[in-house]
Amino acid sequence: MPEIRVEDLSHTYSEGTPFEKTAIEHISVTVPHGQLVAVLGHTGSGKSTFIQHLNALLQPTGGKVYVDGKDINADKFSRRDVKSQVGLVFQYPEYQLFEETVYQDIAFGPKNQKLSEQEIDERVREAAAFVGVDEALFNESPLELSGGQKRRVAIAGVIAMRPGVLILDEPTAGLDPAGCRQILDNILNYREKTGSTVLLVSHSMDDAARLADRLLVFDKGTLAMDGTPEQVFSEPEKLIAIGLNVPQAAAIAMELRRRGLSLPGAIYTHEQLKAAILAERGRRTC
Amino acid sequence: MLKDITLGQYFPGDTVVHRLDPRTKLLLVIVYIVALFQAGGWVGYALVLAATVAAMALGRIRPKNIYNGLKPMLLIIALTAVLNIFYTNGTPVRPGWPITWEGIARAVQMVLRIVLLITGTFLLTYTTSPMALTDGLEKLLNPLKKLHVPVHEMTMMMSMALRFIPTLIEETDKIMSAQKARGADFETGNLVERAKALLPILVPLFVSAFRRADELAVAMESRCYHGGEGRTRMKQMSMERRDAVALTLGALLLIAVIALRHFGL
Repeated sequence: MPEIRVEDLSHTYSEGTPFEKTAIEHISVTVPHGQLVAVLGHTGSGKSTFIQHLNALLQPTGGKVYVDGKDINADKFSRRDVKSQVGLVFQYPEYQLFEETVYQDIAFGPKNQKLSEQEIDERVREAAAFVGVDEALFNESPLELSGGQKRRVAIAGVIAMRPGVLILDEPTAGLDPAGCRQILDNILNYREKTGSTVLLVSHSMDDAARLADRLLVFDKGTLAMDGTPEQVFSEPEKLIAIGLNVPQAAAIAMELRRRGLSLPGAIYTHEQLKAAILAERGRRTC
Repeated sequence: MLKDITLGQYFPGDTVVHRLDPRTKLLLVIVYIVALFQAGGWVGYALVLAATVAAMALGRIRPKNIYNGLKPMLLIIALTAVLNIFYTNGTPVRPGWPITWEGIARAVQMVLRIVLLITGTFLLTYTTSPMALTDGLEKLLNPLKKLHVPVHEMTMMMSMALRFIPTLIEETDKIMSAQKARGADFETGNLVERAKALLPILVPLFVSAFRRADELAVAMESRCYHGGEGRTRMKQMSMERRDAVALTLGALLLIAVIALRHFGL
């Protein structure tokens, strides 16, 4: 299982032209295997640039990225091999579907890995099962599926490569609540069954609070905060200053504290909030 | 990457050249090209060259950007130079050599002509936004409407095409990245393999282009677009003093070059 180590990573787009723009600066972070990391930050904070460095789609203009202790930009072979290790699902991945059938589209990745027919077949079925794509759909055209189904087929296309690290850029963007829940459940299920590292770029603080072991908060191209949800959400003022939300529960806790209720610092899920309020009430009546 | 294509790119700025009316700039480029092809001798070329350099300086266009735009044409330029050097009759540089003095002179002039031609058109696109350019074109071609030429529709299509070039390039970039993440390889293999490798890019790109066209049409209709009839503009174009000055200078350049040609210079 791979570990990701990023050292002093910087990236500047269009270096040396009037359009020069530094997207990320001096990012250093290590993600041990098996962790579920939520990557947060508002649009333009550099999080998309950051994740594209983790499988060598972008080459750093400064710094290094190591996967499993190996410099992924050492040569073109390592740049190619890392793509099997680190699977990246882009935003709106359904726009990458192109094959005639769902089956062929999911098989595109494994085929590029030069696997045998039998192994490809095994992986396609496995990946489809992970995201809940019924095998009855295998011969349909992927372009004629519903939005949620397309999204899941596209995610299956990456999972089929069996990456040890799965990165998803806002996998729930534009889906209805049921579709969101389903995709997130699929991802959690995949992680549980395979023990993969998962990086989840998200705008939903509630999802991040509920799912992640660790939060990386990007702001203006730098890593502004890095810690467990408990650590990060214990500084709600900082998050708000960056321009991000806090989870609903944390926002309610903040307001209650402002009105004089003494609640503990780290509250970010509804269960914690409920427990804290009940405890506080118990103390008052005594 | 794809984004680095400079051909026809607009570099925003706030110089005299940027502020000129797009109609003025379009007319000037036409005058400039005519002058360039009228230049018959060294003095004529020098004059056009001087005008180009002056315009570049006024528009704060870096020579590097021009060079980047010229790069794709380098082969043609080199070929022109070589052909002219070897295939022009005249006095040989040394007796028996196939190279003539006239050939060298002609080669230099031809190369200069091509480079200046490209530079001149680049000056236009570097300093004028595509929108301003098509607006200017529409205004210039306005008289043709009397002859029932669909000027507005044509320029509207042009500005849409120009508007969506960067969008489609960005889209292509995204799709390429997504397919690369799935292990697609666009760089190795023989011609057939490479052509096949384009399929995973082209199919999604076409699908999204059609989707965008559909969305754009709906957006235009819901804003009551019904052709050019009675349409007004947010940014009214107006000819200023600087436009008169620029056009006068352009006319003078053309007259001077034609006059010089008359004297064989």
